Amino acid sequence: MDVDKVFKALADPGRRLLLDRLRVENGQALGQLCEHLAMSRQAVTKHLKLLEEANLVVTIRRGREKLHYLNPVPIHEIAARWIGKFEYGRLRILAELKKQLEGETDG
Amino acid sequence: MAESRFVYVTYIRTTPEKLWQALLDPEFTRRYWCETVQESEWKPGASWRMMIPDGRVADSGDIIEIEPHRKLVHSWRNEFKPELQAEGYSRITYELEKVGESVKLTITHEIDRPDSKFITAVSGGWPHILASLKSLLETGEPLEETRHWPKGV
Repeated sequence: MDVDKVFKALADPGRRLLLDRLRVENGQALGQLCEHLAMSRQAVTKHLKLLEEANLVVTIRRGREKLHYLNPVPIHEIAARWIGKFEYGRLRILAELKKQLEGETDG
Repeated sequence: MAESRFVYVTYIRTTPEKLWQALLDPEFTRRYWCETVQESEWKPGASWRMMIPDGRVADSGDIIEIEPHRKLVHSWRNEFKPELQAEGYSRITYELEKVGESVKLTITHEIDRPDSKFITAVSGGWPHILASLKSLLETGEPLEETRHWPKGV
């Protein structure tokens, strides 16, 4: 896994928004992903390509459609690299608390 | 969408042979997959079962397709929770592909029904298992979080 690619891919609000969309509904085609977005189809295509190169999005073909799936594995591998064995549970509790207090926002 | 599915990909610095063994061999799975073991004759049509440490069967299914070191497809039904069992059989596909010095492992888990509770349940666990499998093969040690079956389950 290329860690630089993962961080670069995540360092853009448009690409994070696409990942959020896939988290809500996994396996969307390009057209569906473009709906209700203030981005051009071209921009979405470019973002998806970068996300795919970073292994954060995986695509499969189903008939004529190319479906996009969120792949959280690289993010998890990065987390596992720096988060120690006993910190995991505590950090999860803190993250939950923050989420409840602040509401879910794009940080 | 008529089906529920997730597709996870990870790259592991190992060989397809070693990764294949790590996915099937109880001596490996016990270490990174929460002490579980799988039982099967590993041929098309054979039954497949996954057991937790106390010997209870957590999941079961049948082998659909098997091509050693490259591809494994089997059905998979949870036997623990009635609401998950009621959804019937899902299908898991493991694909191994050598890419440079690594092996690309693709895991596709799907079921022919929308909004599957089972798929949602397993999709949360896989990233932990995969990160731990990668750690075991690359460093010799699995991640702490997947070494043991959760207490009281």
